[in-house]
Amino acid sequence: MSDHKTMTLTLIVWRQKGPNAPGKFETYTAKGITEHHSFLEMLDVVNEDLIKSGKEPIVFDHDCREGICGMCSQVINGVPHGGQERTTVCQLHMRKFKDGDTIYIEPWRAKAFPIHKDLVVDRSAYDTIIQAGGYTSCHTGGVPDGNAVLIPKPDADYAMDAAECIGCGACAAACPNSSAMLFTSAKVAQLAALPQGKAEAAERVKNMLETMQECGFGNCSNHYECQAACPKGVNVKFIAKLNREYLKSLAS
Amino acid sequence: MQLLKSTVGRKILMAITGQLMVLFVIVHLLGNSTIFVGADWLNAYAKHLHDLGPFVWVFRLAMLTFFGVHVIFGTLLTLENSTANPQKYAVNNKLEATFSSENMIWTGLLMAAFVVYHLLHFTVRVTNPEISQGIDAVGRFNVYAMVTGSFQQGIIAFVYIGAMIALFLHLSHGVQSFFQTMGWNNACTRPVISTIGKVVAVILLVGYASIPLFIFTGILKG
Ligand code: HEM
Ligand code: SF4
Ligand code: FES
Repeated sequence: MSDHKTMTLTLIVWRQKGPNAPGKFETYTAKGITEHHSFLEMLDVVNEDLIKSGKEPIVFDHDCREGICGMCSQVINGVPHGGQERTTVCQLHMRKFKDGDTIYIEPWRAKAFPIHKDLVVDRSAYDTIIQAGGYTSCHTGGVPDGNAVLIPKPDADYAMDAAECIGCGACAAACPNSSAMLFTSAKVAQLAALPQGKAEAAERVKNMLETMQECGFGNCSNHYECQAACPKGVNVKFIAKLNREYLKSLAS
Repeated sequence: MQLLKSTVGRKILMAITGQLMVLFVIVHLLGNSTIFVGADWLNAYAKHLHDLGPFVWVFRLAMLTFFGVHVIFGTLLTLENSTANPQKYAVNNKLEATFSSENMIWTGLLMAAFVVYHLLHFTVRVTNPEISQGIDAVGRFNVYAMVTGSFQQGIIAFVYIGAMIALFLHLSHGVQSFFQTMGWNNACTRPVISTIGKVVAVILLVGYASIPLFIFTGILKG
């Protein structure tokens, strides 16, 4: 059975002791990896070996390991999340690699995402952007009737597609300008499509964009790298929508 | 002002001024194409333009404003973008970005340098006074002789063709980028608009570059 076949890989990993430490690449050998290991499990195997030999394990972010939390954040061979369509690092499996491969693993790189340690970056700038307007301020009260606010199916679908964003940060990590436009636009578009969100649409787009700039993200220049890297298939049509919402906000 | 400070606001100003310049280069090419009809047509066309009097200056000032706004914000946005992204990846594996999208500032600045030379060459006419001061048989300024005389010189033809390649690269990203920035785009239109942008860029390249090329190779005689 193929389970018994194992691979040996060379990993070239970014190691950095702390936010202000210089950091450098280190080379490791991953042994005994099967095609059924996920990428993070492969790193677990490497870390076990490092711990056994008294070395510092490679620090990386993860939580759900099922592609929904957005914590796992690694740039694998130059592509955030490794380049398999609609796949987070935790859902990437080693069958995508072959025996003898050399794999570069780097943290998200953007001024607004400072490195904590090794592959772990601080993504709280995305929370700051959400705090600037990624919500609706309505009184929730008791549970409303499900059909009290009618939302046409196409609008609901559109909002759901935008709401797929898990806030992982790959869009800014992939962007040559470190712009957070895909993330910001997903929230702006989601809420602007719904009756509950329309009321504050103008303020929202202005405030979220301003905060994006203040956090140190760059300006979008339509390279579309974000969409290619996004593990949730968030489309750059939402950036066009954000631009329309911005133009509308000028009139209000 | 909101528009000047906001990231999207400044992008919109760049997009509109860029697109106005695209309209200009299209009309400019149509005018220049009279050279293929004959010396008489080109010289007559140039005379008509000059006879517009004060409108020429209104037009020049407008173009200068578009140009200035576009160059200033283009430079500013590019500088901000490199500040936002100080440390590059060791391995860079681009999936969607292209040579033209990543070099907008360089193709842009090349064109800026070219526009200065182009104006000194054909508008102020100081770079080659020996061939750029002629008068034709009916007393009009002889644009045809100036253009053919210039492009018979390899170096001048080369510079013009080089600048048109920069224009081609700039617009193969720029035209579709304009529609996205204005928000006139969705998932269905994006590939179509992207193709149209590249076609416009190719037409402009072929149209403009053919003039120095035809003259230098002697197909179009002086
Ligand atoms: C001459 C100096 C020029 C410079 C320095 C320049 C620079 C730039 C830069 C840096 C961008 C990208 C903006 C971004 O990354 O967000 C851009 C976009 C653009 N440029 Fe230029 N450019 C110049 C001339 C021109 C000319 C002559 C045209 C038209 C014929 C033009 C048309 C455009 C268009 C349509 C865009 C896309 C706007 C958008 O981002 O939506 N540019 N330019
Ligand atoms: S838009 Fe995609 S890449 Fe960006 S944060 Fe959301 S899920 Fe991640
Ligand atoms: S660990 Fe939660 S998405 Fe990868």
